[in-house]
Amino acid sequence: MLYREAGDFSTTYSEDSQTFPIKFDRWRYYAVLFVAIFVIPFMINDYWVNSIFMPFLIYAIAAIGLNILVGYCGQVSLGTGGFMAVGAYACYKLMTAFPEVSMFIHVLLAGGITAAVGVLFGLPSLRIKGFYLAVATLAAQFFLVWLFNRVSWFYNYSASGQINAPERDTFGILITGPNTEAWATYMFCLIFTIFSAVVARNLTRGSVGRQWMAIRDMDIAAEIIGVNPLKAKLTAFAVSSFFVGISGALFFAVYLGAVEVGEAFGITKSFLVLFMIIIGGLGSIFGSFAGAAFLVLLPVLLKVIGVDWLGWPTDIVAHLNLVIVGGLIVVFLIAEPHGLAQLWRVAKEKLRLWPFPH
Amino acid sequence: MPEQLAFTIEVFLNGLMAGVLYALVALGFVLIYKASGIFNFAQGVMALFAAMTLYGIMNGQVPFAHLINAIFGTDIHYFGWSIPAFLSIILTIGVMILLAWMVQRYIFRYLVGQEPIILFMATIGLAYFLEGVGDLMWGSDIKTLDVGLPQGINVAIDEATFGWFGYGFFIDNLDIVASVVAALLVIGLVMFAQYTKQGRAMRAVADDHQAALSVGVSLNFIWILVWSLAGFVALVAGIMWGAKSGVQFSLSLIALKALPVLMLGGFTSIPGAIVGGLIIGVGEKLFEFLIGAPYLGGATENWFAYMLALVFLVFRPQGLFGEKIIERV
Repeated sequence: MLYREAGDFSTTYSEDSQTFPIKFDRWRYYAVLFVAIFVIPFMINDYWVNSIFMPFLIYAIAAIGLNILVGYCGQVSLGTGGFMAVGAYACYKLMTAFPEVSMFIHVLLAGGITAAVGVLFGLPSLRIKGFYLAVATLAAQFFLVWLFNRVSWFYNYSASGQINAPERDTFGILITGPNTEAWATYMFCLIFTIFSAVVARNLTRGSVGRQWMAIRDMDIAAEIIGVNPLKAKLTAFAVSSFFVGISGALFFAVYLGAVEVGEAFGITKSFLVLFMIIIGGLGSIFGSFAGAAFLVLLPVLLKVIGVDWLGWPTDIVAHLNLVIVGGLIVVFLIAEPHGLAQLWRVAKEKLRLWPFPH
Repeated sequence: MPEQLAFTIEVFLNGLMAGVLYALVALGFVLIYKASGIFNFAQGVMALFAAMTLYGIMNGQVPFAHLINAIFGTDIHYFGWSIPAFLSIILTIGVMILLAWMVQRYIFRYLVGQEPIILFMATIGLAYFLEGVGDLMWGSDIKTLDVGLPQGINVAIDEATFGWFGYGFFIDNLDIVASVVAALLVIGLVMFAQYTKQGRAMRAVADDHQAALSVGVSLNFIWILVWSLAGFVALVAGIMWGAKSGVQFSLSLIALKALPVLMLGGFTSIPGAIVGGLIIGVGEKLFEFLIGAPYLGGATENWFAYMLALVFLVFRPQGLFGEKIIERV
């Protein structure tokens, strides 16, 4: 009824090529933004922020980043954890070296540094493809984690080898450290998430994004029609690593506060983010959000049901979590290889024809 | 004979032994990849699962005891018997064959004809699933698997090398056993592939699915067979690694170590898996000994294999023995 383009006439080119061509979609998007910005910050407490909203927002950024590389450009990467670690350590070094500078700038710079590292490790992608590349990115993962473990300059020679986020603010509001307000950290992450989503969405439907997709669909054919593989692949690595670096910086500085590199940014983190985009949908910004939400909420939900209601030991619930996540991935791949985003697309398609589908 | 050289030779030999163990895991990958084009990420977890199952059967653990106790409030853990190692290994092989059948029946039958990357991700899902099931079934505590393999320093080699170099080499008996077993396994697999009916069918499937189908080879059966073989190789690898460093989660991570081995050797070559394993094993041990520990702060074994594979691939993308990659639009 409401959900159709009938009667919604575009009179300019910019209106015609907007992200949400259907009016209902557009208003829903504004409503979500409104709730996220003006309603949630006034309602949340520490528990909600720390167990649901912050991990969701931060993982969504990482998932968007990885989705650009894997979903749009077709370069499978298992090095996400390593790149997140680069973002975290870059942010830490910047925070301790320049205490007066706003956190916004630190996080963005950390993203930039990660982008440079990403390009460096993306160079072999010009020769290596597919699985071989996936394994090559494992080199980045293990080497970077080892580097941050061994070279004490990165953790300022602290005895424990951990990095701890000192208290830093932006516009006079504390963002990191133990004395932050729930709404402040939430808003800080939210701004970066919205920024990432908007930038990624517009990049992927522009000329750069089309080059990425051409490379993904068939790199040789893309080369023949004039896409420069060097440029396309390296920009994908750079943009992807930029977002992943931002999420790593936020993950360390705002969310955890203290990080031990092998534990926080190990290979399991790489797989977690990869699962998010598989379950959410490869090559879809909405899918990145859906996947992140799914994999953040599922353990929380299971914990509430298993531990709090049924009173099972936590290790059983943790193992059940593995079984369910693994099982779901398989079920998803069998039922819908394109993830939650495809289900959403199908639902929208059905909705447009409802209630007279014939 | 300078001391340093003797050390280096010892490290070299130990690297060879470690390489054999990597090759053992890599072998399972190659088997499945050749026959079905599936890159089986779950191979390492299969090794872990096999080792856990073997331990559980040997010691008469009740499967899912932990879960049952949590749900029904009971307190059961053991059946109260123990089964001899030989019999338990046969039972575990049975479990692995059952697993192979289930994987084929419930997962990959539905994914025939999908893109390789989808199949790969399905095996990642399978890996998580198996890991969770294994932990639920047998508990996640670290177990020491003892099926009666000799362990500890090999005295004969120690004494002989002491006589020659004035310095006794430390070589673990278990590593020697592992090398012998791996050699037997490879010979057995090659014989199986060359001289038996099923083996020939397997090679036919590896060559061309459709052609094999058209001459009457059952794809379904071959895939179950291949997954069973991979399960068997996983069991052998699980026993060796389990005896060496205990049955625990890190066992499944050796699967990741097997990846650079495969990349060096090429995904489709059984001898390649062995040679790749040896190169990686020797390379990382020597690098750690000569450069890593003295100059870089140690623990370079974590990443050396991947870096070596990366650098190597830049110059030869199909690996040492892999088939030449020809791409067409």
